[in-house]
Amino acid sequence: MANDKKPNLGHELTKGFLKENPVLRLVLGTCPTLATSTSVVNGVGMGIAATLVLICSNMAISALRRVIPSKARIPAYIVIIASFVTVVQMLVKAFVPALDESLGVFLPLIVVNCIILGRAEAFAGKNPVLASGVDGLGMGIGFTAALFCMGTVREILGAGTFLSGIDTMIGGSFTGFDFTGVLEKLHLAPMTIFILPAGGFFVFGILMAVANRLAEGKGLKKAENACAGCPMAASCGRKTEEKAQ
Amino acid sequence: MIKFYIALLVMGVLTQNFVLSRFLGICPFLGVSKKLNTAVGMSAAVIFVMLLATAATYPLNILLEKNGLGYLQTIVFILVIAALVQMVEIVLKKYVKSLYKALGIYLPLITTNCAVLGVVILNIDNISNYAAYSFGFGHAMMNSFAAGAGFMLAMVLFAGVRSRLETADVPKFLQGLPITLISASIVSMSFLGFGGLVEGLGLL
Repeated sequence: MANDKKPNLGHELTKGFLKENPVLRLVLGTCPTLATSTSVVNGVGMGIAATLVLICSNMAISALRRVIPSKARIPAYIVIIASFVTVVQMLVKAFVPALDESLGVFLPLIVVNCIILGRAEAFAGKNPVLASGVDGLGMGIGFTAALFCMGTVREILGAGTFLSGIDTMIGGSFTGFDFTGVLEKLHLAPMTIFILPAGGFFVFGILMAVANRLAEGKGLKKAENACAGCPMAASCGRKTEEKAQ
Repeated sequence: MIKFYIALLVMGVLTQNFVLSRFLGICPFLGVSKKLNTAVGMSAAVIFVMLLATAATYPLNILLEKNGLGYLQTIVFILVIAALVQMVEIVLKKYVKSLYKALGIYLPLITTNCAVLGVVILNIDNISNYAAYSFGFGHAMMNSFAAGAGFMLAMVLFAGVRSRLETADVPKFLQGLPITLISASIVSMSFLGFGGLVEGLGLL
């Protein structure tokens, strides 16, 4: 399955930003996107952790692509990914304990994040090491950017703050912006619903609609139903429903 | 201590619903909730695998902790779940044909379902979180069942909502996934009404 034509590194890097944005275009990794975007700092923290895993696992899988038998590739990929997740988990626990606290169960759950297994299956298993690393970086940046957008909307509308808690992540004395005082003078209060789960679904839906609108007329397909780009898509989603009928 | 069991059930199904307030298992929630029968089949398979995975990983975790290998948790759990699902599929296919027909097609996709790995990890976290209630194996099984039942409730409710959406006149830019997510938001909002139920009933 190895196919080593010379890839265009610039293209591999930038395609993840918008055209093939993993969250908004490929609809992968919805669980962490919804759960960790309650604030910008949380979301970006999750994005960086996932990006680290994605770059490392993409490069490792690409380096081993001729060794891994294609029938046993999914379990092999899962073991490689789980190892890097464990490494990142330990690093986060040691250096950014506040992030570990706020991400909770979603830090180990990077293992089952469809973006990572999806890239391993769709790209790293067929392309050289450098291109795979760059692909991982691009996709990671796209994931982090989507989380940043969601986090910005939800934090400003839901809590009336921006970048709050940044001091607990990177140190320093800057504690983020706080608009609650300004809102109070205008007799307004933040709309708490936006940081609750219901707000997560709502903001994600609107963001997806905006992304679809932007992609319209550019020859890009509309974002498909969830799981479309997932490695398990063959047995999941629509095909499962068709089989069941 | 029967009260604590009921508290776990109420929390899992209503107040801390796995899909609608914990955001675990969103992929199947959006992907397989179009028809009622597939929603029920998928949820039944999830409950089944969650119970099996908990039964396998809870004792394994004790073994890991005893040998100071707690950091291997993530790797071991995902491998055990993957192997277990494969094995169950083979066994069901060979010996329990009727059950395989009902659940079989849903089994392979459950391996990478974050809800299953999530419930297993949360059970281990609960040991220290609910230390006052001496959270044990029985509680872990109850918690997994409640999580699965909550998943089923969300799937069944949402299948109903989606069947109405099919005939609705939706603005063009919201068609497809966006309107599905916004409907999910409203279903999730309705579950906010259950907040404080556990405390109100004096279960915790």
